[in-house]
Amino acid sequence: MRRIRAAATGAVTLSLALAATACGGGSATGGGSNDSPKTLTYWASNQGASIAVDQQVLGPELTKFQKQTGIKVKLEVVPWSDLLNRILTATTSGQGPDVLNIGNTWSASLQATGALLPWDAKNLAKIGGKDRFVDSALGSTGAAGKDPAAVPLYSMAYALYYNKKIFADAGIARPPATWDELVADGKKIQAKGKSALGAEGASLAENIHHVFVFAKQHGADFFTADGKPNFTDPKVVDAVRSYVDLMAKDKVIPAGDAEYAQNQSVSDFAKGKQAMLLWQSAAANLKSQGMSEDAYGIAPVPVISGTPGTGTQVNSMVAGINLAVFKNTHNLDGATQFVKFMTSDEEQKILNKAYSSIPPVKSAQADAAFGTPANAVLKNTLATSAAALPQVASESQFETAVGTAVKDLFADAAAGRAVTTDSVKAALDKAQQQMPAA
Amino acid sequence: MTTTAFKDPVREASPGAATRERRRTGRIRRAGLPYLLLLPALVLELLVHLVPMVIGIIMSFKELTQFYIRDWGTAPWSGFSNYKVSVDFNAPVGNALLHSFFVTVGFTLLSVGLCWLIGTAAAVFMQDSFRGRGLLRALFLVPYALPVYAAVITWVFMFQHDNGLVNHVLHDQLHLTGKPSFWLIGDNSFYALLTVSVWKGWPFAFLIVMAGLQNIPRELYEAAALDGAGTWQQIRRITLPSLRPVNQVLVLVLFLWTFNDFNTPYVLFGRSAPDAADLISVHIYQASFVTWNFGTGSAMSVLLLLFLLVVTGTYLLVTSRGRRASDG
Repeated sequence: MRRIRAAATGAVTLSLALAATACGGGSATGGGSNDSPKTLTYWASNQGASIAVDQQVLGPELTKFQKQTGIKVKLEVVPWSDLLNRILTATTSGQGPDVLNIGNTWSASLQATGALLPWDAKNLAKIGGKDRFVDSALGSTGAAGKDPAAVPLYSMAYALYYNKKIFADAGIARPPATWDELVADGKKIQAKGKSALGAEGASLAENIHHVFVFAKQHGADFFTADGKPNFTDPKVVDAVRSYVDLMAKDKVIPAGDAEYAQNQSVSDFAKGKQAMLLWQSAAANLKSQGMSEDAYGIAPVPVISGTPGTGTQVNSMVAGINLAVFKNTHNLDGATQFVKFMTSDEEQKILNKAYSSIPPVKSAQADAAFGTPANAVLKNTLATSAAALPQVASESQFETAVGTAVKDLFADAAAGRAVTTDSVKAALDKAQQQMPAA
Repeated sequence: MTTTAFKDPVREASPGAATRERRRTGRIRRAGLPYLLLLPALVLELLVHLVPMVIGIIMSFKELTQFYIRDWGTAPWSGFSNYKVSVDFNAPVGNALLHSFFVTVGFTLLSVGLCWLIGTAAAVFMQDSFRGRGLLRALFLVPYALPVYAAVITWVFMFQHDNGLVNHVLHDQLHLTGKPSFWLIGDNSFYALLTVSVWKGWPFAFLIVMAGLQNIPRELYEAAALDGAGTWQQIRRITLPSLRPVNQVLVLVLFLWTFNDFNTPYVLFGRSAPDAADLISVHIYQASFVTWNFGTGSAMSVLLLLFLLVVTGTYLLVTSRGRRASDG
């Protein structure tokens, strides 16, 4: 009996020790290796209208890469809603993919985990050097003063999409250039029984993208120069209020949009129910929903006064997707080759055409396909009037905290509750208190 | 020719000792067998529950943020600071946790109460056989059988402000509301969450109570009827007291499931639930995986575990005393 008990105790102790070792803190090691040079795992973010569309777009390119290098790429397309959690899990366990897409706004946050391969001069030289990339896109690859944590893959910018027929019916000759003009046009459109402007009031990311631009236009920043949250700055409060007021006061955004978070506003626009949409690179999405390219026009996002430009005339965040390599990859050379392949001129043209985005690679951007009037607006915005979201380690938390505050303010507006400077300040104060200590 | 090729000198010398030895070995084997059979379950239990729990407790004493998640063992010790932050109700983190706790308590009490009430009523109603009882019973169990995600996402569609069935019925058809309501944002989100939770949970109560009813002898009802007891009296005097042991387990299980429910609010509202429906499970998820304060999230989880242990222990103590008293 004693022997059996001893055996049981031994087995349990061993299992505990094994488990503790297995759970003992992920991958402390990891400068990468070339232990499995013939395979790569790639997590692509969901860029197309569906995961199936992404597989159709990327499949032939990955086959091409295999023919060129003999390396088989196992593709997994991860929906946006899961991507950050999946990356975090992979970071903790050390069992991640070799190469992955990240939202460019997460670059600094993920850089802080130390899980991504730094793109120092030596690594960048392997893919053609830093100078191949557009500056604004490089600005969203990690914290200032550090080696980039990723390289730009697809660039996007916000634009104002407007329905030509609805505008003509309302007697509006050209798209609005300022917010005042947008509100005035919105009233004319509403008088014709159509909804004026769409928004995704319950989408934290969309909220952040818009209030960031409004803050820039008010000459304000959500973070101080040394990276501390500064959400209750009066100018920031004014900026957030200006955006929410498009629903609360001006009523150009319908109250129903306060609960939108699944791109319903894009569907409303595609179906002709709504005249305007502020979106990034929406062409492929609209096409997949049956809207002809002739039916809509693309103009720069309005500014407070004048025309878009640098400084307070910023009208878009630098949107886009970056390509990163997990530091503990078992195919470091293959991963670098894959990044080189995906950022090559040829692939940049193919992929960015498929996703209606703009290549962050200068030489690919020169292709005629990216010179159409629609793409010219996006390209010009990226070059002259877009700004990168704060590249601070707590950027991801900022998106959640402030995105939620704006979502709650939209909920108040939708319910008919007053949105005041005080209520906006209180919501932002709560958001700031939730931020981790820097 | 001999049948014994080899002779054991010990056994030959003492045949009684050999028999005793065999019996002793047999006894050890018999006594040890249950432990041996339990061993795989014990090891798995340790791996699946105990080890993560211990790791969680260790994490709650660490300053674990995105800077350390790649190798959480190197995160600096922070003593009780994660606990202090969690229970400092004057500061935003503690205040939000307290708010979330009260929302969860209110939600749990209402949901468990309604699930039990509807489940019991349905089970009592289904006690007598009638045409179509089997079909109705199967229909009642549908919400319990459906995958949670599919069921809750259907409710998301029904709660939509502009095109949802709920507003269509309440506003367009029955004219009960002045204007279409928002169910997935704002204050009404609590009622949306409660509705889905009760819809999902009552069939379990129904199933358990129905099983409990099978054990009540029919003679009790016949005797009561002969004594002139009406339906309500029969329910009050026979059904409910007989169901007491079943109900004790049922309420406890429903309480724990509802208090810790993560799937329903997460699918309904996404990773950022409205304040009115900010259940503690999603709140802790947010603290850990959305704002990346894993240490604070772990401390909150430990506090929740302690709370549930105290509540469950007290409940079991009180109910077992009550049972002993009634048995005595």
